[in-house]
Amino acid sequence: MSTENSMKKETHHLRRMATIWIILSVAADLLFMFWIAPHVPPGTMTDTARANQFDFNVLFLMAFPVLIGVWVYMGYAIVNWSAKRAGVPEPIGGPAARGNLKAQVSWIVVTSVIVLFLAGFGTVALIGGKGSGGGEGPNPVWMPAGSAKAETAALTSSASWTPGSNQVLVVQVIGQQWQFTYRYPQFGGFESPKLIIPNNTEIAFNVTSLDVIHSFWAYQLSVKADANPQQNDVAYAKTDQLGNFTVRCSELCGIWHGAMFNYGKVVTPSDFQNWATSTEAANAANTKNLPPFAWTYVPDANGAAGGYYIDGNVTPYSQVETYGAKQPTS
Amino acid sequence: MSMRGRLATVLGLFLVAVGLIVWSVAAFLTPGTPGGVMDFTKTHAPGQAVNITAQTVGSIGFGPHPTWVSYLVKDPTTGKWVQDTTWKLPANTTINMTIYNYDSGSPLRNQQLGQVLGTTNGKATLDGTSFSNYNSNTGDGVGHTFAVPSLGVYVPLAGVNGNATLCGVAPCHVNQPHRTVTFSFRTGAAGSYRWQCFVPCGLGYLYGNGGGMSTQNYMGGFLEVVR
Repeated sequence: MSTENSMKKETHHLRRMATIWIILSVAADLLFMFWIAPHVPPGTMTDTARANQFDFNVLFLMAFPVLIGVWVYMGYAIVNWSAKRAGVPEPIGGPAARGNLKAQVSWIVVTSVIVLFLAGFGTVALIGGKGSGGGEGPNPVWMPAGSAKAETAALTSSASWTPGSNQVLVVQVIGQQWQFTYRYPQFGGFESPKLIIPNNTEIAFNVTSLDVIHSFWAYQLSVKADANPQQNDVAYAKTDQLGNFTVRCSELCGIWHGAMFNYGKVVTPSDFQNWATSTEAANAANTKNLPPFAWTYVPDANGAAGGYYIDGNVTPYSQVETYGAKQPTS
Repeated sequence: MSMRGRLATVLGLFLVAVGLIVWSVAAFLTPGTPGGVMDFTKTHAPGQAVNITAQTVGSIGFGPHPTWVSYLVKDPTTGKWVQDTTWKLPANTTINMTIYNYDSGSPLRNQQLGQVLGTTNGKATLDGTSFSNYNSNTGDGVGHTFAVPSLGVYVPLAGVNGNATLCGVAPCHVNQPHRTVTFSFRTGAAGSYRWQCFVPCGLGYLYGNGGGMSTQNYMGGFLEVVR
């Protein structure tokens, strides 16, 4: 008789825990979905940001039931099966749990399914999201349509961009201690410390460095790519919203690393064209003194070799392709 | 040793260890001894521009790092040159800068910094001649720059002929070879704005950005803009 009562209690406990778990999980997921999810970083300023926000939200929605399940079990066990409550049976904890093959297998299967699902989901999101805004190196595996054409044209003086043309805009990000500057090859290759980009446009960020390792992190655009000397690191994002965004260096790069930030702006395509053409004209005299546009540049022979900057043996930064062989040998 | 003695020893050692950890963390988090703050607000009349006179030298010639490059600024009250790179300035005010560069130059690592940006009319003057960009690949190159990235201010400071007898101990005198650059900019809202030289002039350090380029009171500092 007492064994039957005990078994009933065990069943009762499990059912009660499951009921609490389901109610709390559904409530947490619903609250999160309608209240917090729309505000989860990095926001919705680009298609990449929107996709990454969705990915984060899926992770949260999957994680809450797991988290709540563990907490509910723990809380329930503390309240009901505390050792101080002498005489209360331990239907799940204790020796019974160690030998409960069903519970162990269930836990392993459920968590494995969740993890494998998320791995598959993440892979699909990465491929479908053109690399999810991450730097893909010099030869990106996942490229948006028209990117190869635009980036090939960028190396020629005839590259151009016009609003409404559905062209990819190529922006080169150049890291240096301690700021980022930006080159626009489709506008004569002018360089500026300002990052202005058009809305509703696919942007190909080509990221490099003139000295140490930096990392270009356009937070609200959900773009993050390492800036390595003599390396071109390409990341993509399609702008989807007007407004300001923050650019930070996310690689510790020296004394002023903390101050290595600037604010970029997404403007209408026509406003962008006006800004770009006027800046191209205003900077024309200085742009002539810049090296021709290239994916990477050699700051100076000694620095590029990882050595020391030697006075009197300095050349202006130059194209690898064009001037690499002409660098001083010592 | 008695139990009480052992306990006291353990407790004492524990307190010493905690003290050392606290001291180490505090020392790590506390900035190094800051230099003084050159206050330009004391002598500033409302509605008037602030005049700042500075100089850049190839070697400071004194102190713990006599061979390092450095900025110096003229104290508006005493007229003396001071090695301070934190300047307190009034907000929304025009700043008239005069910089004497006593250092030689070289091509810029990034010629984009040869462009004058963020100044009144996008111009500066070099030895009295107006210019909006400077080709560092010609002539004596660029010795240093004055830049306040958050305000969008960038001005190249043309170099002195390297064959001249350059000033080796600061403060340098206008009788010695130098280039004079003047320009004006607005301070904007109150806040702390980092300024720095963008020429990698920390010779002997990786990529030229260590030494004086990475030490307060040499080649960079802050504009402490106050209301």
